[in-house]
Amino acid sequence: MNINWRDSAFFCAAIVALLSVFATSADAKDWGPYQVDDRRSGYTFMTDESRAMQADNFQNPGMLWVEQGADLWEKVEGKANKSCSTCHGESGESMKNVAVTYPVYDQATKKLQNVEQQINHCREKNMEAKPYKWESGEMLSMSTFINYQSLGTPVAVKTDGAAAPFFEKGKAFYNQRRGQLDMGCKHCHEDNPGGMIRANTLSQGQGNGFPTYRLKWQKVGSLHRRFRGCNKQVRAKPYGYGSDEYTNLELYVKSRGQGLPVETPAVRN
Amino acid sequence: MAKNVKPRVRVPKKAAKGDIVEIKTLISHKMESGRRKGKDGKLVPQSIINKVSVTFNGKPVFDADWHPAISANPYMSFFAKVEESGEFAFKWIDDDGSIYEKKAKITVA
Repeated sequence: MNINWRDSAFFCAAIVALLSVFATSADAKDWGPYQVDDRRSGYTFMTDESRAMQADNFQNPGMLWVEQGADLWEKVEGKANKSCSTCHGESGESMKNVAVTYPVYDQATKKLQNVEQQINHCREKNMEAKPYKWESGEMLSMSTFINYQSLGTPVAVKTDGAAAPFFEKGKAFYNQRRGQLDMGCKHCHEDNPGGMIRANTLSQGQGNGFPTYRLKWQKVGSLHRRFRGCNKQVRAKPYGYGSDEYTNLELYVKSRGQGLPVETPAVRN
Repeated sequence: MAKNVKPRVRVPKKAAKGDIVEIKTLISHKMESGRRKGKDGKLVPQSIINKVSVTFNGKPVFDADWHPAISANPYMSFFAKVEESGEFAFKWIDDDGSIYEKKAKITVA
């Protein structure tokens, strides 16, 4: 048989190509609870070191906010002379698995309400205290503390019924191109997760780890802070903390990660 | 004194004589490097913890000098060989002179 070297080289290349296809499929790691169907938590895009940091309660710097939140839970404030624990009882248990359903539709304001807004609602209406400033140490501690009590429980937001129109608005926001770079959330987080954006790996942009300890921020930050950062990066004017636009978007983002476990306080880079 | 500084340490409660134990520490601190500019365009003055020292029963076991490149909320761990029961005393020294302290006991059987 006459085999010339180019044919065999081609044959080898074909085998190598075939093998690498198998290699990649065998390479697909089992992420356990951090993956539901094709949705993967930001956890799976991190380095081993960041994941180890998140897993160890002591090493995880986000736990400092959890502890501070537990202290604030007991702190009596406002004219009504109440603390959170006056109505909701001892800290650490009463808010178990509450945060997984937020943001929820609120009858009184006829809008969506997320955890931060619920905290301030309680402070103003029930404690008659000054609301926390968004992204202040107190607000972050309290929302981290409340979200932490749902650690490991799958996200389960409601997108139908009264929440449906807000969900649709959030979805439209997600897909809408904006800013000088003319990009929507979708163009990075749906079309290109796993790819690089400059020196960073793009994740799917899941919200299950928030409030997250971000190494770049050197502190815990809210989901709305992350939204603002993303909007600035596409050179769009960011909306305000707690704005309707972002709360609607929060619902849509959480619904994309339906079933992923709450990881608060997650560690991300 | 920098705001919201809270030290945490983790030392195993029990160990056998001659064991090498891991000791973990974490302290909440903003560790302002002194190289960042504030909203007014001026440098934010440096405010960091510049020294950590750990003693066991009064004898030094671990010392570290920290510089502005150390991250906020610094985590530090080290290993120590324990020969007798006693108390680890941890001390963090702030740029402004404040001292944050924490103690932890270990029983060696």
